[in-house]
Amino acid sequence: MGAAFKRAKALPMSGKVGLVLVIFWLAVALFGPMLAPYPVGAFVAYDVFDGQSAAHWLGSDYLGRDVLSRLLSGARYTVGLAAAAALLASATGTALALTAAVGGAKVDEPLSRFMDMLISIPSKIFSLVLVAAFGSSLPLLLLIAAITYVPGNYRIARALAVNLAQMDYVQVARARGEGRFHIAITEILPNMIHPLLADFGLRFVFIVLLLSGLSFLGLGVQPPDADLGSLVRENISGLGEGALAILAPAVAIATLTVGVNLLIDALPGRGKGR
Amino acid sequence: MSDRPHVEVQGLVVTARNPAGETFPIVSGIDFALKRGEVLALIGESGSGKTTIALTLLGHARPGATIAGGSIRVGDAELTKLDRGALAQLRGNRIAYIAQSAASAFNPSRTIMDQVVEPAMIHRLMSRAAAERKAVDLFRALALPFPDTIGARYPHQLSGGQLQRLMAAMALITDPELVILDEPTTALDVTTQIEVLRAFKAVVLERGATAIYVSHDLAVVAQMADQIVVLNHGRIREAGAAAQILHAPADDYTRTLMAAARPAIRPIPAKADLPAAAPLLEIRNVTAGYGKIGKDGLPRVPVLRDINLTIERGGTLGVIGESGSGKSTIARVIAGLLPPASGQVLLDGEPLPPGLDGRSREQFRRIQLVFQNADTALNPAHSVGQILARPLAFYAGLKGNAAHLRVLELLDLIRLPASLIDRNIGGLSGGQKQRVNLARALAADPQIILCDEVTSALDTVVGAAILELMAELRRELGIATMFISHDISTVRAICDDILVLYSGTMVETGPRSAFATAPFHPYTDLLIGSVPEMRAGWLEESHAGAAPPPIGAAGDHPDLCRFLPRCAARVDGLCNITPPPRHGLDKGSAGASRILCHHGDESLIPL
Repeated sequence: MGAAFKRAKALPMSGKVGLVLVIFWLAVALFGPMLAPYPVGAFVAYDVFDGQSAAHWLGSDYLGRDVLSRLLSGARYTVGLAAAAALLASATGTALALTAAVGGAKVDEPLSRFMDMLISIPSKIFSLVLVAAFGSSLPLLLLIAAITYVPGNYRIARALAVNLAQMDYVQVARARGEGRFHIAITEILPNMIHPLLADFGLRFVFIVLLLSGLSFLGLGVQPPDADLGSLVRENISGLGEGALAILAPAVAIATLTVGVNLLIDALPGRGKGR
Repeated sequence: MSDRPHVEVQGLVVTARNPAGETFPIVSGIDFALKRGEVLALIGESGSGKTTIALTLLGHARPGATIAGGSIRVGDAELTKLDRGALAQLRGNRIAYIAQSAASAFNPSRTIMDQVVEPAMIHRLMSRAAAERKAVDLFRALALPFPDTIGARYPHQLSGGQLQRLMAAMALITDPELVILDEPTTALDVTTQIEVLRAFKAVVLERGATAIYVSHDLAVVAQMADQIVVLNHGRIREAGAAAQILHAPADDYTRTLMAAARPAIRPIPAKADLPAAAPLLEIRNVTAGYGKIGKDGLPRVPVLRDINLTIERGGTLGVIGESGSGKSTIARVIAGLLPPASGQVLLDGEPLPPGLDGRSREQFRRIQLVFQNADTALNPAHSVGQILARPLAFYAGLKGNAAHLRVLELLDLIRLPASLIDRNIGGLSGGQKQRVNLARALAADPQIILCDEVTSALDTVVGAAILELMAELRRELGIATMFISHDISTVRAICDDILVLYSGTMVETGPRSAFATAPFHPYTDLLIGSVPEMRAGWLEESHAGAAPPPIGAAGDHPDLCRFLPRCAARVDGLCNITPPPRHGLDKGSAGASRILCHHGDESLIPL
């Protein structure tokens, strides 16, 4: 814990801001539902698109529900689902990329062509088909988001890994007789972790957008629950009057994604802090 | 007015800022002056501040550094007082800069001519047509091939030596009064270096430009400079006329540099009289290259042809040749990284599997490879301790405390403090990295180490220390070495046997003594003749690199002498028709070498 604190202190200012934002949103995701003043689906205000008041800190939405409560309950879908899907996509993509990089053309070619095929499937249609076949559920959304973003991550990770596999230190390891697993995990992976983290941040943002899009089509998180994306989407009619109901979730998404990316960019990597 | 120096630097201080925000000087107290047309050499190791000083003469300090004090006067311009616009007027116009790596200084997507005339265009000194005419004159003066048409080519179509000369043309097109040459020949082969030096010297003399020549190589400087300034840690150690510094150095540090530039010849250790049946390592008729193997048994891009060599237990074999001669490929073939197209590699008389697959861990352990560039050969994500512990765990299963103790022993062996064990690679100096690189090979407890240009990327002083260390390790541990280098003087100093490689074929092999006495193969002769000697006037006297005699069209036999286009001893009607035989060359008491050439003992002696 002390060491973690020390490392946090060593971060540049932007990194500290990012860290605070990330910790804040993780806390909201974990404890938000407990802190919410009203139930998620309850109609509690007399007016729609109400401004800020003592009873409703962030006003009310297009149906007169408490925005703060919906935000506190919705954050966990965005943070949890998007983070889990981004993690799953990155881990799968990177693992396959490393396999391709150390496996030679026989592994690389079929794997890369398969990924090209996946990329060619439009993600929305793909999700529509899957949701129509299996019905919407959180595990399915997770899987859809992950599968959609595996090929992108794979492409980037493979490009990095193939370059690194030509480095002298990898040649030395091969000439030492090291196995492919060792080369992939201890020689190549540590040197590509930083760009991969940046890629993770990007995927995370994309997945938030994908999930909101699905929610808009009615295929995402099902009402009365809503993730941050669908909160923006469902209150879009309040945009003209600048309602808090649309601003609050939009700011929430912005602070979450900017926070994640600030933190990732500030992590010490190669070529920095030397 | 006329006795006023042309370029004068006084009390120059350049400071930089460390991560904690404190400023500290990187060079200080620099004074020198030179008259119009003189050449001054700045010499020192990397980190001595020589490039920093050279750049200040352009009024430039690298990012993070600032010119904090002193005066820099070029002609009537005081550079420290000029603003950016005025400096931009001077740069590339009255003051020109020739960088170390021409290959990366040219834009690959534009033609040479476009880039060579650019300074003249930017400063609107002459019309495009006039600039191009002038460029062609310069190409001719710099002895470039096809001066009339070379400008239409792109950088990737030219060799490193040609690009370096083209960069000189780019610098000289505006007739600058001051030319700054920053290690312009360091990245070149010796045989190319001599040509480039000749061209530089002729052009600088002819145009009467004042020049500042930055180098770490005293012998090169001896050819070019009127004055020498020796730098160490950002301060002047010694300054004076070239002849005085070279022949009567007053400073200890200068003497160290001089000593490091001339490697001491090491005695060959007495070989143990073991009735060894087979040599430790033997290569038989190896042909290797890249791409698919064709019907004729040759790969599509053949690199090595019919290589035979043996290394005895504890012996040292030197492999020399210029870049592209295939010397690193030999090491890759032995290590199994590149399976040969044909031929065999034998370890202790037993054939090794051609590729990595099928080699046993024990076979891997006995052969260790040390790469040239320790910056890329050590994984930047690992610490020194991790790097050294891995071979221990991999080959000997050493873990925990036993491994830690062995790592400490290894660090002690390569004279690095134990405190470096947790340091990341990025925090080490070039020499320290190369030591760790070597220690990783030693950790495997090998029988043979393949050293690929291990000292080429290092300063002379640091390189000499690494060679010293290797000689000691060899004495103590009895490890055989294959020493790959482009530097024949280093190889002659430390190796028992020498193999000269040209374009993938062995042109001369023999014991070291045979390489001290003529006659040599014409290529060996060129290599030896191209090593600069530490005296003024050598460049003019040396016959190396002279134009070869004219010759008729070459026949189409695949085994014709590959050195033919550059050979000064070629014979029309013989060398271009018949493949050369491999035969012995008797050098009397010095032993004998085997060469691949039509010439015999008598006809090679006059060379």
